[in-house]
Amino acid sequence: MNSNPRRHALRLVLVTAGMFGFGYALVPLYNMLCDAFGINGKVATTAARVGTVEVDRSRTVTVEFVTTVNGGRPWKFRAEQASIDVHPGQLYTVNFYATNTEGHDLVAQAVPQVAPWDAAKHLRKTECFCFNNQTFKAGEEKRMPVVFMLDPELPAYVDRVTLSYTFFDVTDVAMQQNRGT
Amino acid sequence: MAHHDTHADHAHDDHHGPEKGIMRWIKTTNHKDLGTLYLFFAFTMFFIGGLMSLVIRAELFVPGLQFVQPEFFNQMTTMHALVMIFGGVMPAFVGLANWMVPMMIGCSDLALPRVNNWGFWILPFAFGLLLSTLFMDGGAPAGGWTMYPPLVLQTGEAFPFLIFAVHLMGISSITGAINVVVTILNMRAPGMTLLKMPLFVWTWLITAYLLIAVMPVLAGAVTMLLTDKYFGTSFFTASGGGDPVLFQHIFWFFGHPEVYIMILPAFGIVSTIIPTFARKALFGYDSMVYATASIAFLSFIVWAHHMFTVGMPLAGELFFMFATMLIAVPTGVKVFNWVATMWKGSMTFETPMLFALGFVFLFTIGGFSGLMLAITPVDFQYHDTYFVVAHFHYVLVPGAVFSIIAAVYYWIPKWTGRMYNEFWGKVHFWLSAIFINLTFFPQHFAGLAGMQRRVPDYAVQFTDWNVISSIGAFGFFAAQFIFIINILACCYGWFGRKQGLPARVWEGAHGLEWTVPSPAPYHTFEDPPQVTEAELTAVHDKTDALDGHKLA
Ligand code: HEM
Ligand SMILES: [Cu+2]
Repeated sequence: MNSNPRRHALRLVLVTAGMFGFGYALVPLYNMLCDAFGINGKVATTAARVGTVEVDRSRTVTVEFVTTVNGGRPWKFRAEQASIDVHPGQLYTVNFYATNTEGHDLVAQAVPQVAPWDAAKHLRKTECFCFNNQTFKAGEEKRMPVVFMLDPELPAYVDRVTLSYTFFDVTDVAMQQNRGT
Repeated sequence: MAHHDTHADHAHDDHHGPEKGIMRWIKTTNHKDLGTLYLFFAFTMFFIGGLMSLVIRAELFVPGLQFVQPEFFNQMTTMHALVMIFGGVMPAFVGLANWMVPMMIGCSDLALPRVNNWGFWILPFAFGLLLSTLFMDGGAPAGGWTMYPPLVLQTGEAFPFLIFAVHLMGISSITGAINVVVTILNMRAPGMTLLKMPLFVWTWLITAYLLIAVMPVLAGAVTMLLTDKYFGTSFFTASGGGDPVLFQHIFWFFGHPEVYIMILPAFGIVSTIIPTFARKALFGYDSMVYATASIAFLSFIVWAHHMFTVGMPLAGELFFMFATMLIAVPTGVKVFNWVATMWKGSMTFETPMLFALGFVFLFTIGGFSGLMLAITPVDFQYHDTYFVVAHFHYVLVPGAVFSIIAAVYYWIPKWTGRMYNEFWGKVHFWLSAIFINLTFFPQHFAGLAGMQRRVPDYAVQFTDWNVISSIGAFGFFAAQFIFIINILACCYGWFGRKQGLPARVWEGAHGLEWTVPSPAPYHTFEDPPQVTEAELTAVHDKTDALDGHKLA
C-alpha cells in the first residue's frame, strides 16, 4: 500500500490547484469552440472583407432588428425599420438612431447577437457602430449606419434572421482606459 | 457524542480520554469528536435553512404579497439553497464520513487529523460571513444560489461576503475530501482490499474525488465574478466582450457533479442499512461499485441539461439529452440491487430501515422526474417552473436528507451506547414521509401548469396546490423536533436511557464498526484489527460465509 500519506495529500493539493486552473482554461476553450463553430450567436466585431460575391436573387431572407438598452437606462435606441427583405450576396445599409436622454456625457458600447445561431457567421458587416465605443454628449442624437450582407452560404432552412443590439454604458471603463493612455 | 470519557471498559488505557470543557472541541483532532461537531453544525444549518423555507412557504400559502417584500423573498430562496447545500447536506455527510470511515476500514483516525480540525472550524466562519449579509444594506444575496451574472453582479454590499463564503466552504470541502481519499487509500486494515470495502466507504471515496475535481472549478467561477465586479475584467460582461452564458457552463460543470456529491454517500448509507434489516448480503456488490463509478464519470458530461433553453446548437441539445438519460442506467442498477437485496429477505422495519425504504421509493420518483426534465423539447416547458423544484427536492429531501436521518438512527446506538426510542422513531418516519409528499408532490402539478419558481406571487389557479404544499412544509418542519429530542436523549441520557448495548447493536449488521464496544471508545483500532470473513460478508454475495452470524 502507498505508505506516505503526506506525499499523497500533496499530490491531491496539486490536482486541486490544477482544477482551479482548468476552470480558468475553460474561458479560452469556450471562446475558441464558439469561434470555430460559430455557435454562440456572436458576430465578428471587426469589419468583414466582402469580395465580389454573386447575388442570389432567387432567394429572399427577412432580417429583423431588435434594439435594447441594458440596465433600464432611459436612452432612445431604434432601427429606422423593424425589418428588411434581402437577397444573399448583396450589401444593404440600415440606419440606427440613438439618443442620450441623460443630462451628462457618456460612452456606450453596443453588443450584437444573431439568431438562429448558425446564421451568425454568414452575417457580414463592413460598417457597424458596434465596432467601437460610441461617445454621446448630453442629449445628443446619433445616426449610425450598418452596412451588411448575408453570404449565400447561409443554411438553406433559414428564411428569417434576427440581429439584435444591446447598448451598455461603459463610461467608467472608457474613462479609466483614457487615463491610462 | 457526550460521555465517551465515562466509558468503563476503555480499550486502550494507555491513552487519555478527551480534554474537558470547550477547549476539547476547539482543539480536537479526534475523528469522532469532529464527526460529532460536523453533525451538530449540519443540523443547526438544517434548522436555519428550514426557517428560511418556512418564510418562503408562508408567503406562497396564498397568492398575493402577504408577509415579505419580493426582494426579501428572493434573498430567502437564495440563502435557503446555499445554507442547505453547503451548510446542511455536505457537512452532514462529512460528519458521517468522519465517524464511520476509520471505524469501517479499521484505522485509528483520519490520515491528517489537524487538517480535519481546520476543515471543520472554517465552516462556522464561512456561514458567519454568509448569514451576516442578512443584516447588511441591500440585504443578502438574492440572485439565486446559481449566482448567474449579470444579475448576481447587482448584489450590494453582500457580494464580496458571498464570494468569500463560497471560497471558505470550498476549502473546507476540499480538505475534507483529500483527507478521506488519503485515509482510504493508505490506512485500511490488512485484508481490507478495495473490493472488500463497505459501500459507504466506496461511495465516499468516489465523492471525495468528485469534490477535489469540481470545488476548485466553482472557486474559479466565483473568483471571475469577483474580478468582473471590482477589478474590471469581463469574463461574463457582454459590453467588455465577455459572455454570461460562459458562467452557466462553468457553474454547471461544477453543479451537476455537485448534485452527485450530495447523493453518492446516501447510496452508500442505504446500501449498508438495507442488508442489515433484510438479513441478507447486499445483492450485486461489484455492480454497485461500478455503477457508482459510472455515475461519477457521467456526471461530468451532462452539465448543459441545466441550460437547454439558453440556446445551444441542436447537436449539443441532443448530446446532453442522451448523456443525461444514460445516467438513469447505473442509477437503475442500484435501485434494482436494493430491491433484490430485500427479495426473500427476513425483513424487519426498524426506523433506519423505514427511512432507507422511504429513500428508495421517493428518490426513484425524483429520478423519474429527472428523466422527464432530460427530454430537451419538454424541458422548454418545465424549465424554471415548480416542476424542477419538485424534482430536485425529491432527490434531496427524501433522498439525501432521509439517508442522513437513517444513518443517524442506525449508528446513534454505536455512537452513544444508548438506543433511540423506536416508537417515536416510527412516528417521526411516518410524519416525515407523509408531510414531505404533501409538500413536494403538488409542486409537480403546479409546475406543469406553468407556475414559475423564484417568484413570491402566483396566479390564483395554483392556489390549491400551494396551500397543500405549505401545510406539508410546516408539518415536516414540526415533525423534525421528534427526531431532535430522540437523538439528544441518546446523547445526554435523558428519560433514564441507559448505556449497555452489545457491540453488534443490530444482529443483522456486519462490518468492523460492530466489533468495537458500544459506545465506541474514544480511540478505536489503534492496532489494526483482524478482518474476518464474517465482517466482510456485509459486502459479499457469498452467503455461506454468513455461518458465523445468526441468520433469521
Ligand atoms: C436520474 C437522475 C437525474 C436526472 C436525469 C436529472 C435531470 C435534471 C435536469 C434535466 C435538470 C434541469 C431542469 C431544468 O432546470 O429545466 C435537473 C435539475 C436539478 N437536479 Fe436533477 N437529475 C437527476 C438526479 C438528480 C440528483 C440525484 C440530484 C441531487 C441529489 C439532482 C438535483 C438537481 C437540482 C438541485 C436541480 C436544479 C438546479 C437549479 O436549477 O437550481 N438531480 N435535473
Ligand atoms: Cu444536473
